[in-house]
Amino acid sequence: MPKSRTRSTATAAPAGTRSTTVGFGRLLLRNKLGMVGLGVIAFWTLGSIFIGVLSPYGASETAAGALLAPPSLDHLFGTDNFGRDLLTRVFAGGQLSLWTGLIAVGISMAIGVPLGGIAGYAGGALGSVIMRVMDVLLAFPSLVLAMAVAAALGPGTSSAMIAVGIVGIPEFARITYGQTISLKQREFVEAGRALGLSSATILTRHIVPNALAPIVVRATLGMGYAILTAAALSFIGLGAQPPTAEWGVMISDGRGYIISGEWWLTFFPGLAIATSILGFNLLGDALRDVLDPRLRTTA
Amino acid sequence: MSYVIRRLLAMIPALIGVVICIFLLTRILPGDPARTLAGEQADAATVEKLRVDMGLDQPMLSQFFGYLGDLLRGDLGFAWHTGHTVTADLATRLPATAELAIVSILIALIVAIPLGVLSAVYRDRAIDHIGRVISLVGASMPLFWLGLLAIYLFYFMLGWAPAPIGRIETGVNPPTTVTGFYLVDSLLSGDMVAFTSSLKSIIWPALVLSTGSIAMISRMTRSAMLEVLGQDYVRTAVSKGLNPGIVVGKHAFRNASPSVVTVVGLEFGQLLGGAVITETIFSWPGVGSYVTQSIMATDYAPVQAFSLLAAVIFLVVNLLVDLTNAAIDPRVRNA
Repeated sequence: MPKSRTRSTATAAPAGTRSTTVGFGRLLLRNKLGMVGLGVIAFWTLGSIFIGVLSPYGASETAAGALLAPPSLDHLFGTDNFGRDLLTRVFAGGQLSLWTGLIAVGISMAIGVPLGGIAGYAGGALGSVIMRVMDVLLAFPSLVLAMAVAAALGPGTSSAMIAVGIVGIPEFARITYGQTISLKQREFVEAGRALGLSSATILTRHIVPNALAPIVVRATLGMGYAILTAAALSFIGLGAQPPTAEWGVMISDGRGYIISGEWWLTFFPGLAIATSILGFNLLGDALRDVLDPRLRTTA
Repeated sequence: MSYVIRRLLAMIPALIGVVICIFLLTRILPGDPARTLAGEQADAATVEKLRVDMGLDQPMLSQFFGYLGDLLRGDLGFAWHTGHTVTADLATRLPATAELAIVSILIALIVAIPLGVLSAVYRDRAIDHIGRVISLVGASMPLFWLGLLAIYLFYFMLGWAPAPIGRIETGVNPPTTVTGFYLVDSLLSGDMVAFTSSLKSIIWPALVLSTGSIAMISRMTRSAMLEVLGQDYVRTAVSKGLNPGIVVGKHAFRNASPSVVTVVGLEFGQLLGGAVITETIFSWPGVGSYVTQSIMATDYAPVQAFSLLAAVIFLVVNLLVDLTNAAIDPRVRNA
């Protein structure tokens, strides 16, 4: 019996959900800064996917005759100390950085959301233990915790993804925890309980979907943060390793050339990091404005 | 007083949690500390002997208590790439980082608080737009990029900044050590040459390190002030003809300040992460660059010690934040 009830609510839900989604989509389209953010993200995503087709150079292709060549028509971003074309490398690096961000945020969400949901729904000793563990993780400055985890795992791209992912867990747990605490008092959850739905069903089918708005906002802002932290880890030698085309590695490689005036080695990869983070921040802020209008007045 | 004691007691479980967390990171995660220490070339017998020497063959619980005992004795391990204990290395390098962090947070406060207040008071006017752009861009700038751009622009192009090679220019003698802070020590010994040189050396890395904090603090100040400025008592104060400067400075800012103090504390804690990057770029001889050097040498005991230190400092700063907020707002004390 409870099953058929669930199905009926489930069939009724999409219509409402779709109209709300369309409404949100329209609001988002009207948010100019948010659209700028989306445009920047699309630029880096498409550029990094199609660079192999568009660029006459390979990301690791060296040219002995063009070492440290400044930006020119042949090499729009110049070349590095091995004569590799920087434009190709910057866009190729975008692919790795965006994947790193996606996987790291995926790890944070996949662990943080269930933990926060369980802590909020179960409450009591279990809830309090989970949230105290999250507090401990929050006691570390984020880059420092990422460094400690990456150092323990050994340097590398996947270590960086895991490290950045772990650092993001408490934020998602806290957001989901807060949402679950307030949602579990609501009538529709009580109704679910009265119908005899299991806690797992109530949590996954009724509470988490209703808590999605702040989670989505956090995930968008978290992408920018994850890209930044992963690049920082590569920069200090704990993330991707040379000769990988990765933004942090490229800046680290080009660092020695800044005092002799070869600015382009670090400028363009840095610009890529800064603009992509800006893109995610703008889009995240816009999503927050659209999904949670209460925050718009003060933030 | 009872609030202080309650808050101090509440810190103990967090401290224990932090210690457990670092311990687990060193022991549970893949990777063999004995193998790392012995090097890839070492034979199995050497690694095994090292494992026994390091106590890694003991049960986890006794390893933990051994680790705890070491910590209580101030033993944070040995940094083989420097040949000193980590505690000794940290002690010589900590003043450089502390000085950088303090100057940086002072810059952030001087810039961000007026900016945040003005943005709120003149909402949607030019200054507000400028403030919002600064906070958005500041939050998106990778520190390592900003640092390198600053070196290129202010050292290579304009020649305003000294070479990014540490706390004082080459050829200038460091002041006699009293506090370990070059700015303070050079003033104490009346050595103006050393003072000017250390000020010129610290200002650029400090400016770079402060950008993230400026973004966060000004954003928080703005939103806290906006909330307070919309309250009835502020409207009353304005309508009874009080000087707007007094209304903003005394009535509104005092009530907005707990949020500001909280974010300043958080930012101060995060500065230690930023210090790793900034110190590496500016060859600043603090704990941050020490960590990067340790990573390069695949010597991870200093990294773990630094993480522990950073977490403890973060907890202490949070405690100070709560105590400051209790002093500002009686509701916090009596909660």
